Amino acid sequence: MTKNQTLLNLALTLLPIIASVVISSILILAVGSDPRGVFEKLWEGAFRNSNALAGVLNFWIPLTLASIGLVVTFRAGLWNIGVEGQMMMGAVFASWAARTLVLPTPLLIPIEIAVAMLGGAAWGVLVGLLKTRLGVHEIFGGVALNAIANVFTIYLISGPWQPPEGGSAQATPPFPDYTLLPELSGEFPVSLFALVLTVVAIGAIFLALRGTRWGLELKATGKNPRSALLLGVPTERSALSALIVCGALAGIAGAYRVLFTYDSLRPLASGGIGFLALLVVLLVSMKTLLVPLVAFLVAALFTGSTRLKVALQLDQSLADVLQGTVVLMVLLSNGLRERLALRGRVGEGEPETEFKPIAPVTTEAPTYE
Amino acid sequence: MNDELLNILGSVVLNATPLVIASLGETITERAGVVNLSLDGSIVLSAMLGFVAAYSVSQSGAGSEISLILGVLAAMLAGAIVALIVAIGGIALRRDQVAVGFVLTLLAAGLAQFLGQNFTRIPGPTVPYAPISLLSDIPILGPIFFRHNIFVYFSYVLIFVTWFWLFRSRRGLALRAVGERPEAAFARGVDVNRQRYVYTALGGALVGLAGAAYSLSIKPGWATPPVMRGDGWIALAIVIFGGWHPFRVVLGAYLFASLRALSTVIQRTPEISISPVLLNLLPWVLMIATLVMVSSGGVERLLRLLPRPIQKMTRNVLRSDPPAALGTRFEAK
Repeated sequence: MTKNQTLLNLALTLLPIIASVVISSILILAVGSDPRGVFEKLWEGAFRNSNALAGVLNFWIPLTLASIGLVVTFRAGLWNIGVEGQMMMGAVFASWAARTLVLPTPLLIPIEIAVAMLGGAAWGVLVGLLKTRLGVHEIFGGVALNAIANVFTIYLISGPWQPPEGGSAQATPPFPDYTLLPELSGEFPVSLFALVLTVVAIGAIFLALRGTRWGLELKATGKNPRSALLLGVPTERSALSALIVCGALAGIAGAYRVLFTYDSLRPLASGGIGFLALLVVLLVSMKTLLVPLVAFLVAALFTGSTRLKVALQLDQSLADVLQGTVVLMVLLSNGLRERLALRGRVGEGEPETEFKPIAPVTTEAPTYE
Repeated sequence: MNDELLNILGSVVLNATPLVIASLGETITERAGVVNLSLDGSIVLSAMLGFVAAYSVSQSGAGSEISLILGVLAAMLAGAIVALIVAIGGIALRRDQVAVGFVLTLLAAGLAQFLGQNFTRIPGPTVPYAPISLLSDIPILGPIFFRHNIFVYFSYVLIFVTWFWLFRSRRGLALRAVGERPEAAFARGVDVNRQRYVYTALGGALVGLAGAAYSLSIKPGWATPPVMRGDGWIALAIVIFGGWHPFRVVLGAYLFASLRALSTVIQRTPEISISPVLLNLLPWVLMIATLVMVSSGGVERLLRLLPRPIQKMTRNVLRSDPPAALGTRFEAK
């Protein structure tokens, strides 16, 4: 590789970041604010003290869980947009457990988590069955099931689970203290249990995808379901198992939101984290071990953005814009890199990213038989 | 027919208009072989920009006509630009169209919320009510179809123009060939990718127009969370339900709007006690049901329940195959 090629490669790596900063600065100026101040506030919001850092970790935990789950479904070639609804169902099921079961905390929390995993997995397998049995593309099944989970949550909050003083559709009454995940300490309010669980999940999924037959079958199903089936891979079972695993992990993420972040079930308790997780996985193109790192940056951005409203009266949707711009720019600049590589100007960076055109969004006969 | 029923049907036609325009736009795009998945974001963004443009121009002292026209143009431009990014990403940069479209869905919605933050809940210009003089006096049809505004009338024209263009014109033949058999179209001298850029941008501009139809007419103004959130996904599903055929697509849009109207009627009927919250499930359940109905596997399963002679007929009506090259890349060798 010549010096010029190295430089060009470096430029293409930095391009998305620089472009995103420039674009968002223009947008910030457009609404009449000062970009430098905004970026300072973002940093402050995420890292000013241990409390803020704990906030970042509290965003990182559910985001990482959902992202790790999505690595599994993407590996199986599935666009699991339904992850958001799977989180919500996890939250709903965990809330049910917290409202009904009376047990000592050390016993109750594992049960709550297990119940939440069940809820998320059920919602995930529904997406899968709609696809494999009824030919509904997982994107549409997922979008509809997300909406249904949200409506169901609002129904519970404004109906059967409403606070005794009447339903304002804001939240259920707070769950009793013994049902909630305990904090590490007052200065550093993080759930150690959830933190450990997340790290274990990362390791387990990494190993399972790499070194087991299940992981191999997922990959075969994702790359080419038809030939995988001909080679004897049970593709339907493989796809469904991916959705079950992802749903279960998203379920934990949802439980975390209601049992730690909040202390009650609320509409949109998932906070859009499922959609952010999809963006995280698009960024890391399914490299499991990069997920926690990228998720941390995203968590810092979103935690930092809560500061914008207070300090600058700016809408915190800026975080969505920044994140979306970065992912879009990375996608596009990867394309640019490949194009240039084809012409031999840049050394082969990454080969082809793993997001090849997958089954088009159609009603075509499912390839699962 | 009583007046109340006519009113309801009239409002169905009005409320279906953005869905009609957006799903026809997406039909054109997908017929050329490109999936623009960003609809749910780009409708929201173009609605916001259309409103803000019209509002700002009218604040500067311009007439309401000029400000509305500029608002509509801004919305269409926004829709076209988002669609073009999908096309550039999918064609020139060889990315997965679904991935680019999904990112743009979120990005456009975020942009709308961020850029529109100083324009929420303020009154602005709206497209005037304009009954068509003679047609609106026709009994029954007049009140239902001809007592609306320009967006609605435009959607009628669009239905026929789209159909004519796709199925009765030479260029439409080329357009469909690009989406079905790009190699064959290429061999015949059609510039496949150029066609795809053009029709993706055109479809996107129509999606933008649908956004303007919301913010300048049906749900005037701008608010967060945006009132039309979710309708982009429904428009995408309607395209599939409609089998990529303009008439059936429009039928799907009116069907959805009718069921929505039905749910508001049910809410106002005291005899039926169902939680109004649960009525919000209706569009989504319906979306899944219709997709199951038209998917090949689903059709077969349902058909087996029918008596034999009807089976074949129903199969032909329900079955619809997507453009064969939908979502794939074409590179001239």
